[in-house]
Amino acid sequence: MIEMIDVWKTYPNGVMALNGIDVYIEKGEFVYVVGPSGAGKSTFIKCMYREEKPTQGSIIINGTNLAKVKERQIPKVRRKIGVVFQDFKLLPRLTVYENVAFALEVIEESPKVIRERVMEVLDLVKLKNKARMFPDELSGGEQQRVSIARSIVNHPPVIIADEPTGNLDPETAWEIMDIFKEINARGTTVVMATHNKEIVNTITKRVIAIEGGRIVRDEAKGDYGYED
Amino acid sequence: MKIRTLKRHVVEAFKSMGRNGWMSFASISAVTVTLLLVSVFLAILLNINYIASQIEDDVQIRAYIERTEKPENYKDYQQDLEKLDKVKTVEYQSKEEGLDELIESLGDEGEAFSSLKNENPLRDAFIIYTDKPQDTAAVAKEVEKFKFVNKVEYGKGTVEKLFKVTDVARNVGIVLVLGLVFTAMFLISNTIKLTIVTRRREIEIMKLVGATNGFIRWPFFIEGFALGVSGAVLPIVVIAVGYQAIFDIANQKLGTVFIELLPVTPLIPQLSLLMLLIGGVIGVWGSLTSVRKFLKI
Ligand SMILES: Nc1ncnc2c1ncn2[C@@H]1O[C@H](COP(=O)(O)OP(=O)(O)O)[C@@H](O)[C@H]1O
Ligand SMILES: [Mg+2]
Repeated sequence: MIEMIDVWKTYPNGVMALNGIDVYIEKGEFVYVVGPSGAGKSTFIKCMYREEKPTQGSIIINGTNLAKVKERQIPKVRRKIGVVFQDFKLLPRLTVYENVAFALEVIEESPKVIRERVMEVLDLVKLKNKARMFPDELSGGEQQRVSIARSIVNHPPVIIADEPTGNLDPETAWEIMDIFKEINARGTTVVMATHNKEIVNTITKRVIAIEGGRIVRDEAKGDYGYED
Repeated sequence: MKIRTLKRHVVEAFKSMGRNGWMSFASISAVTVTLLLVSVFLAILLNINYIASQIEDDVQIRAYIERTEKPENYKDYQQDLEKLDKVKTVEYQSKEEGLDELIESLGDEGEAFSSLKNENPLRDAFIIYTDKPQDTAAVAKEVEKFKFVNKVEYGKGTVEKLFKVTDVARNVGIVLVLGLVFTAMFLISNTIKLTIVTRRREIEIMKLVGATNGFIRWPFFIEGFALGVSGAVLPIVVIAVGYQAIFDIANQKLGTVFIELLPVTPLIPQLSLLMLLIGGVIGVWGSLTSVRKFLKI
């Protein structure tokens, strides 16, 4: 499903963010990526949806080797990966409904399918009644739910999230985790970089710890392992 | 691309123009000023060319033959002239024909010359037409070198001056027009660049959810095109109304000297199309150059 083989990433300024990453993530798995600030978690995630290109090594997602994907084909790859960010990345001038629908407009889905699917995911994230609101009229947790809805609306086999609860208060963070658990229960692979010790230790899943651009720990039912 | 996607792009483009109203207005104004000047220049240049061509039609070189030459050699002489560079045709005109032509061209007054028919003061002549009217002077000089030629005549001063004027006008016009077009392109490109900086985040997000570059580019493309084409509207109206007025006045005044301006149709429809085209190209070019560097995400 997701496979990284000897992946290295050196940024143009010389920072070596990833130093030989080997990892295999099975379809349907739920994986936490943990580690101190600057360890390379975001870089690891960015390489998966090709916001960053590895300096060396291959990444295979959904059977596609990203190293061999031409620039033009990248949008197609991204459509099979839902991405969720710490800062939500919603389009400020579009309503909740339009933000979610956008991911389907991009692939020229028919209006009928768009309506059905958008309502379906808004129902899942419990925002059906706020479909006509704009992002700045919503709380942080609600905005993150919109962004999750957008990431899953075209049924990607993989969801990757970079500190999705980083900007949220603890209670809201748990609500968001419920949604990820639900998505994972429906068969979607989830990869999540996080700093949230409590969540990692409570909802126990596979934990990959990165330090200095290397995987230093990879446990099936792991714990957070750092003092925050 | 599906129709509804195109519709979406068009809506996006117009929304963006509305949101950035003042900048859109500035771009349209830049195109308007440019096209106004371009169309006036073009109308003037085309008319100068047209008038020049009316006069050019009359440009010929007359080479009078020495009286001492024998008519049986004329065929060879004509061939010699025809072999010259830049010469299109050479016609022979005997002095009798020359006199007839003169008498005819003078009309009633010509009758007085009829008495000359017995002691014709003219010479036999070759009438030479050049490939291009501009070559007249050069060819005349060559023709003068032949021994059998007594004298060469052509509309010396006037022809040369006319072509100097049209050439200068043409070159100045072209330089000015190009300069203006680039200025307008620069303005549009900057306008759209400004709107893009604010939309940069949007573009980034669109790319992250899997939008292709084409999908992102389309609204900008449409916006640029619409801005450019809108800028062509006023110039078209001005040139259409203005030219019709000038045409009416000029034809009354110039009619007596057998010179006319280019007719309103097809000139104005053609100019209008050209203005729309230039406006569209300026707009599209301006917008696409400014989006390009934002798409590398
Ligand atoms: N775009 C970039 N250009 C240069 N250096 C970067 C860039 N992004 C991240 N880095 C550097 O790479 C290292 C890893 O960063 P990151 O992957 O963001 O770590 P984490 O998400 O674990 O905090 C850090 O030293 C960071 O400064
Ligand atoms: Mg990070």
